[in-house]
Amino acid sequence: MSTRRTVRRLPLHLAAALTIVICLFPVYWMITTSFKPNRDIQSEHPQLLPQTWTLDHFKRAIDAEGFGLFWRNSVLVTLGAVLLALIVALGASFAVARMRWRGRRQFMLMVFVAQMAPWESLIIPVYIISRDTDMLDRLPTLTLVYFMMTLPFTIVVLRGFIATIPVELEESAQVDGCTRFGAFRHVAFPLLAPGLMATSLFGYITAWNEFAYANFLIIKQQDHRTLPVWLSSFHNTFGTDWGATMAASTLFALPALAVFLLLQRHVTSGFAAGAVKG
Amino acid sequence: MSVVHERTAPRPLTRPPRRTPGPARRATMSGVWPYLLVAPAVLGMLYLLVYPLARAVLISFQDFGLRQLILGDAHFVGFDNYRTLLTDPRFWTVVRRTFLFMAVNVALIMVLSTLVALMIERLGRRWRTAVLSSLVLTWAMPVVAATTVFQWLFHSEFGIVNHGLTGLGFTSFEGYPWLAHGGAAFGILVTLVVWQSVPFAAITLYSALTTVPSELYEAARLDGASGFRVFRSVTLPIVRPIFMLVLSLEVIWTFRAFVQIWVMTRGGPGDATTILPVYAVQTALAQQRYDLGSAASMVTVVLMSGILIVYFRQMFRQEAEL
Repeated sequence: MSTRRTVRRLPLHLAAALTIVICLFPVYWMITTSFKPNRDIQSEHPQLLPQTWTLDHFKRAIDAEGFGLFWRNSVLVTLGAVLLALIVALGASFAVARMRWRGRRQFMLMVFVAQMAPWESLIIPVYIISRDTDMLDRLPTLTLVYFMMTLPFTIVVLRGFIATIPVELEESAQVDGCTRFGAFRHVAFPLLAPGLMATSLFGYITAWNEFAYANFLIIKQQDHRTLPVWLSSFHNTFGTDWGATMAASTLFALPALAVFLLLQRHVTSGFAAGAVKG
Repeated sequence: MSVVHERTAPRPLTRPPRRTPGPARRATMSGVWPYLLVAPAVLGMLYLLVYPLARAVLISFQDFGLRQLILGDAHFVGFDNYRTLLTDPRFWTVVRRTFLFMAVNVALIMVLSTLVALMIERLGRRWRTAVLSSLVLTWAMPVVAATTVFQWLFHSEFGIVNHGLTGLGFTSFEGYPWLAHGGAAFGILVTLVVWQSVPFAAITLYSALTTVPSELYEAARLDGASGFRVFRSVTLPIVRPIFMLVLSLEVIWTFRAFVQIWVMTRGGPGDATTILPVYAVQTALAQQRYDLGSAASMVTVVLMSGILIVYFRQMFRQEAEL
């Protein structure tokens, strides 16, 4: 009985295994290449499992010129953008979820449209505006752009989170003598913490991965580049050293992979739709 | 986190749960407060989205090259840029290629992700977790990192793909320079985009599938419906709205392949992987024809907005309260 069941379900499980292999192989290959010594990387017979392990490539990637600097730039820009988006979105989503006012519908419509903004088609005007206002080659410019990229999603999600918190909780706090905003801060805000956390992590990923604007808005000041741009020009840094290139890719991808696995429940519930797109 | 999760789970695509009108009305607060609270968001959208868009429209009607960028004395030329663009056969080749790229990508993404979603639904708990986890990992892979890895996978000399193909007997792939051939480069980019896009589509479709009540399946089976018939008459009508949403999102997101293309081929070899956004940026920033580049961008936006309208209609039909 159970064998027959196993046989009947075999095609299904084969398909599942194939899906897993196709999904994971590039990631696996990136990680193992970065641990292999050069002679194994440039061999006629690549091994699926590394025979000898080495950390040389990681050392070379970290010691590469500017790695620490670009890493710092990326962190600064993304943190700035996410914090700014969180603060602005918190105010806006409170107004939308808890207050009635004229223009609320129009505001949300604007947010939904902004979420689908054609960023790829705005590179040229943003470049020209930055040039006119002397904002080219400066990290705050990138912070502002990333802030705008993550803001609509943050508003939409936070509004949903705030709506799930019963307003009665805040009302009873107000009866006990809290002000309207005091009630929100002391009662609703702690309940919102997980939502804030998840939302900001997704915003963080979007900004961490962004390439196009970082590439076209930072031109002359090479010290202000961010990690994705640095990685995309690996030929200049590492030449044909694929081990170091893969080590650098691994170091760059690791935070994103960790965040996604951490938030897997949210990701698989469809919560992140529209937030992060590879 | 679990509270939040449960309440958002059945309505995917970032739609918050329906609010009851009662408590909200009690919480009414009139005055300037709501306007002050949304002001930073509105100002941000006006300066960082509306203004650049307006500026792009303006530039596309001006004579705007390197001289005008430095001196700022651009003047109006009406529809000249659009005329130049629309009479350029290269532009039309790029438009056709953009649609081809979009059609191939979206078709592959939708077919594969539907199959994967249906498969996940039929799997047991342990297999399901394994497949979902690997989908999530793929989805999490940063675009630039994935693009770099694909360049390594398809490396002509030491790439594992060429090695595997040679090993399987296709000896013509020994040392095959993928990125030097237009068709092959196009194929790699499609593979990369599909590999990166399927996880999101499959997971979203799967979470839509879980909302189909199992009683409906039982009833259909009692009525003697075949597997395909059940899918067409029970599953599809319920999943269709989410399917349409994912479809339109994927169509719009095709243009985001700009990053993969720029990092891997810059639109080359020749013009083989140049799609509209790549063309626009090349024209503007490489040839300093900001006017023509903006015009091409505006054509892109017009093309996209057609699809966007479909997307928003679907979305607002879902959205109970805006």
